[in-house]
Amino acid sequence: MIAEQEESGQERMVQFGSISLPLGTVIGLITFCFLIGAAGKSAQIPLFVWLPDAMAGPTPVSALIHAATMVTAGVYMMTRSNVLYHHAEVTSFIVTIVGASTALIAGFIAMGQWDIKRVLAYSTISQLGFMVAAVGVGAFGAAMFHLVTHAFFKALLFLGSGSVIHGIEHGHHEAHSQGGHGHDAHDEHADEHHDEHHEEAPFDPQDMRNMGGLRRRMPITYWTYVFGTLALAGIFPFAGFWSKDEILADSWLAGLFENNLGGYIALGLLLISAGFTAFYMWRQIEMVFHGEPRTEAADHAHESSPLMTIPLLVLGFFSLFVGFINTPTGVLGLSNIFGAHGLATWLEASVANLHIAEFQPLIALGALIIGLGAIFLARSIYGFNHALTKKGRDPLEARPESAQAFKLANARMYWDEAYDAIFVRPFQRIGYWLADKLDWAFWHDYVHDTVIWRGFVAIGDLLANPFDLGLIDGIVNGIGRLAQWISARGSRVQTGYVRTYAISVLLGVVVVILLLLLPMITNAR
Amino acid sequence: MEVSGGLSLVTIVLFLPLIGLIPLIFLREDQHDAIRWTTLGFTLVTFAASLLLWAGFDGNVSSLQMAQRNTWVTFGPTDAPYVISYFVGIDGLSLLLVIMTTFIVPLAVLSSFRAHVIHERGREKLYYGFMLLLEWAMIGVFVAQDLFLFYVFWEITLVPMYFLIGIWGAENRVYAAVKFFLYTVAGSILMLLGILYVGINAHTFAMPDLVAGVQNGTINFPFVGLFSTQGLLFLSFFVAFAVKVPIWPLHSWLPDAHVQAPTAGSVILAGVLLKMGTYGLVRFCLPMFPEASAAWAPFVAVLAVIGIIYGAWVSFAQTDMKKLVAYSSVSHLGFVVLGIFALNQAGIEGGIMQMVNHGISTGGLFLLVGMLYERRHTKEMAAYGGIWKALPLFGAISLLVTLSSMGLPGLNGFVGEFTILLGSYGSTVLGAGFTVFATLGVILAAVYMLKMFQKVYMGELDKEENKHLPPLHWQEIAVLIPIVIAIIYIGVQPAPFFHTMDATVNQLVAHVGEAATTIASNITP
Repeated sequence: MIAEQEESGQERMVQFGSISLPLGTVIGLITFCFLIGAAGKSAQIPLFVWLPDAMAGPTPVSALIHAATMVTAGVYMMTRSNVLYHHAEVTSFIVTIVGASTALIAGFIAMGQWDIKRVLAYSTISQLGFMVAAVGVGAFGAAMFHLVTHAFFKALLFLGSGSVIHGIEHGHHEAHSQGGHGHDAHDEHADEHHDEHHEEAPFDPQDMRNMGGLRRRMPITYWTYVFGTLALAGIFPFAGFWSKDEILADSWLAGLFENNLGGYIALGLLLISAGFTAFYMWRQIEMVFHGEPRTEAADHAHESSPLMTIPLLVLGFFSLFVGFINTPTGVLGLSNIFGAHGLATWLEASVANLHIAEFQPLIALGALIIGLGAIFLARSIYGFNHALTKKGRDPLEARPESAQAFKLANARMYWDEAYDAIFVRPFQRIGYWLADKLDWAFWHDYVHDTVIWRGFVAIGDLLANPFDLGLIDGIVNGIGRLAQWISARGSRVQTGYVRTYAISVLLGVVVVILLLLLPMITNAR
Repeated sequence: MEVSGGLSLVTIVLFLPLIGLIPLIFLREDQHDAIRWTTLGFTLVTFAASLLLWAGFDGNVSSLQMAQRNTWVTFGPTDAPYVISYFVGIDGLSLLLVIMTTFIVPLAVLSSFRAHVIHERGREKLYYGFMLLLEWAMIGVFVAQDLFLFYVFWEITLVPMYFLIGIWGAENRVYAAVKFFLYTVAGSILMLLGILYVGINAHTFAMPDLVAGVQNGTINFPFVGLFSTQGLLFLSFFVAFAVKVPIWPLHSWLPDAHVQAPTAGSVILAGVLLKMGTYGLVRFCLPMFPEASAAWAPFVAVLAVIGIIYGAWVSFAQTDMKKLVAYSSVSHLGFVVLGIFALNQAGIEGGIMQMVNHGISTGGLFLLVGMLYERRHTKEMAAYGGIWKALPLFGAISLLVTLSSMGLPGLNGFVGEFTILLGSYGSTVLGAGFTVFATLGVILAAVYMLKMFQKVYMGELDKEENKHLPPLHWQEIAVLIPIVIAIIYIGVQPAPFFHTMDATVNQLVAHVGEAATTIASNITP
């Protein structure tokens, strides 16, 4: 189908059916289409809105499909196509922007969520943005590295959140089966402050405002969750530190040595995103595990069974150690223990444009400071402040300087609403208009059943009545009777029976056949 | 090509359903079981015989096989008479559609056994008689190799379908039957004129002779523009086929006919009768008028793409399940037409494949809707919800058929759709633009099919009437099992089907492609 031919000059032309395009443009278009596909699968802007909603599925499904494996297919596909992306500068730049801005925006939204799984969902989108941005700057190895480490600690966090939700649900049942207490502590607070959406609202075991103080009640879940959080926040020496650092370092190097503007943009946006990441994760730790229980459900929560905690321990182990599969050289001699650039060396055989990134101490230190700073910030806001406990509101919401930003993040930047208004509702409205008005009222009822059918009947009536009876009868009196006779016969044709019409059609056909055959027959004689 | 007057297996397959009418005549009206099982028996024997056709078919031969030719009518001058012959035979195209027909008719017959409306209105003997008559005529359409014979069968199919809708249809049945009849006849008359012109100029009505004549230049329908002789001849055939397909905007009869027809009528209408239109395009328009086909191709393809999107969009807005499936046919057959007018191997083979697939999937959907209707006596989606919980097996099969209709990879629908898109993308007369818009139809198909599935099968079983639906009867399972097998088999192993039509399509493309190149070079100097 695609015939390539050498043109005069250097640009090769590629033939697509009737269209002929230069090779560079074609690669650009192909990679761009791949990007759209990857954006859908790996939940990137503008196609990320499905992922938080898909979290309605059971937690193990979220852990497996929506965090660790399926969603990374887009990143994998682009890395597979690295040969094409390597030659597509413009698309690569777009990929960088898409990835980095997704990382930033999803990280921002995650800071304003109350649903424990929703935070993780937006976090997943954000981390996928890191990987996509890495592909954009040509850091295919770093993208795959982050894909692997992220799979472990994000699966851990999802399963940990499942354990928390499980504990809260059981605590809720336990608290209510004891009788007497119709309301839990949180509901009472809500009633006091006329917080309308807690009145008669069913108890939400995923709402972090209903949690708190789970640290002592669910120690294994707590500690593994902390491991996952530190890994995700990129704190040394957890897995996320190594992979995130490699993406940041590669972005910086791309900007420095390849004069790639995208590299600097990615570095800047991803550093901010890394801060967001550490902040929303520690906010979770504080809201879920630290402090005092805010509901009876949380108060009655117990550690989950080994069936749930053993996977957490396994994944916790890997969240700490999986980063060492790709240890860079020159960091505390760690590469002597774990081997240098293991993953990158292994991938080199199949990813043609992979390059092994060197450790950048400055970048790593900067990222580490940002991460730790964000954690301390989150602790200072959520840790010692009891505003959340007392008012059922987020401390950021309560402060005037951050209220607007929090509201925006909490409303998920109105992204879903905007899509609903721009795409969903117009699509439905056009559909109903096409179906009811254009196709049915106009085309079916008016054109076919009224104009064509009635018109057909009306012409028949016209021929039968005014024409025959009126005009001809009036002009020639003598022929009038004949005309009447004809019109009487003629009107009888309008019986409304198909068989009559079919016969008249048949007669017409016979006449046409005779007319066509006549010259032939006369010729033959 | 061996053509003899001796009895061919094709004739046996063709006349088996008609022979079935003989015992039916001698049965009494109250011998219900005998009437039903006799009919089913004959349709099954016909299916078995058509499989023998396939077994005896040589996929490497492009010309007609198992042909039989007997002179029927001779007229005109004795030295160069006009000959109408009983001329039947199969090639890859005919064979697949014959098998599809003989596959679907027994399912339609079996599904009628338990149909409420037939028990209510009675005249069972007549009903099954019409079924056999219809099968005879439909097979005739697909095996006839003489234009006149084809026309005879083409028109005969209208009669039993007219009565099936008119007697055993829903409330508005007479209106729908009349509209169906008149609409199709109006289109067919133009084709009859075209057939007469062709036959009289070429002195033969036999397709192989005509195609050979067009190929070697002894028969010449001059083509100088879209409305020159060949252009008009093309249109005369095209309009007849377009009504049948139906190609947008000639689809107005379809929702009426489908909604009013009894289940088996809808199954045969969607499964086989619509394919007569697309079959006609491939069998007659393309080889007889290659230049006109190539010149008109972009215009036809525009209609096809409009149909794909329009049908899908209108489908989305329906609340009646049968109407939804009916409009989805407009969309699916738009794909078929697009593939055919890509005028290349992939496009035409994909189109033929999709004809078969649409027959199976949409036939299956109508059967499923019919089974729901038998239980609840409504086709409104709003009356359902949570049906999966009431009828799990039924729900699972419905899911498979729905996914097949959506074109999920691994199931039959994908095979055809993908090949069509491949063909239209690489087509020299069309181009990537058509493919881009056509792929929108793939997304829209997911939208309207999943919407229906969600509304009917998913969610809570909240309506009291739906809670105690009778489970599937073994006869219903027996109807659905072959469909399930066909959906998966074609999806996984489409190679035998492609192999069957390879040689036939190859020859057709070589013939039409030449003309297409000429036209293309004329348009773009």
